[in-house]
Amino acid sequence: MTVDAGKLSCAEFQAQLPELVGSGENVSAHPHLQNCDLCRALLADLETIAEAARQLFPSVEPSDEVWQHIESAIKKRRGKK
Amino acid sequence: MADSSSPTQNSNRTRSGRGASVPTGTNEGQSGTFTPVTPPHPIDGAVVLARAQAGDHEAFAELYSLHKRRIYSLCLRMVGNIAEAEDLTQEAFLQLHRKIATFRGDSAFSTWLHRLAINVVLMQLRKKGLSLISLDEAMEPTPDEGPSRSFGAPDLILAGAIDRLALERAIAELPAGYRLIFILHDVEGFEHNEIASMLDCSIGNSKSQLHKARLKLREALRAASRQEARP
Repeated sequence: MTVDAGKLSCAEFQAQLPELVGSGENVSAHPHLQNCDLCRALLADLETIAEAARQLFPSVEPSDEVWQHIESAIKKRRGKK
Repeated sequence: MADSSSPTQNSNRTRSGRGASVPTGTNEGQSGTFTPVTPPHPIDGAVVLARAQAGDHEAFAELYSLHKRRIYSLCLRMVGNIAEAEDLTQEAFLQLHRKIATFRGDSAFSTWLHRLAINVVLMQLRKKGLSLISLDEAMEPTPDEGPSRSFGAPDLILAGAIDRLALERAIAELPAGYRLIFILHDVEGFEHNEIASMLDCSIGNSKSQLHKARLKLREALRAASRQEARP
């Protein structure tokens, strides 16, 4: 039996959200959202968070000492062989 | 000023870091360390990997250059301490050096390396007394750490732009399992199938944990925003 997606409760819709969002579907076109301000706001917030996270892409790097220690440890290990 | 023996930073990485060319090479100096040089043409990542697997130290230095930022950033976000994150980065690359010959290409190299680094991080968290004995446990936060459902909340709208520091703080406060998934997917740009492969979990689990992480962040950001609004 097919459930009318527009008649889902908020709880039912939100239970489906991880899969809907994760599948890359256009969730904003979901029938439930046409009449539900709460879930529409929730989705907008989650999209805003995901977008903000993309701006956090690694910009820091370890100090040069890290590589020096790695090289030194590799040399020691080779010396033992 | 950067030390001449350090592999050069790769400023031309793609977000995913996969399939990226290597913009710099290295040369063996008189002391036996490797000095970065700019090659005439980009070096194919697969060739560098194959050379590193064959024991070429110069190629290994190039791999370090390519991946150090992402691995270090992951470590830093997971432990929240620069010195500790550097130690973990060092340990992850030393393990890479020991195990690189065993990489068979069943997954992307970056995915494989991240899995290795994640294990190093989780070992450290366990040593510090956090109950993260395995990846499975990291993936299963205790029930009271789970996000509450959000219907019925009165103030749903976040400000259009999220303050970077507020987001960083909220991420740092997430339970480790949620934090890991969120960083890997939303910050690092890995796909759910790659995360599932890194963490030995199902794709559905990865999607579900990411969703819970975002809900937790939303709660934290809204709480912070309410606190700021207080007179």
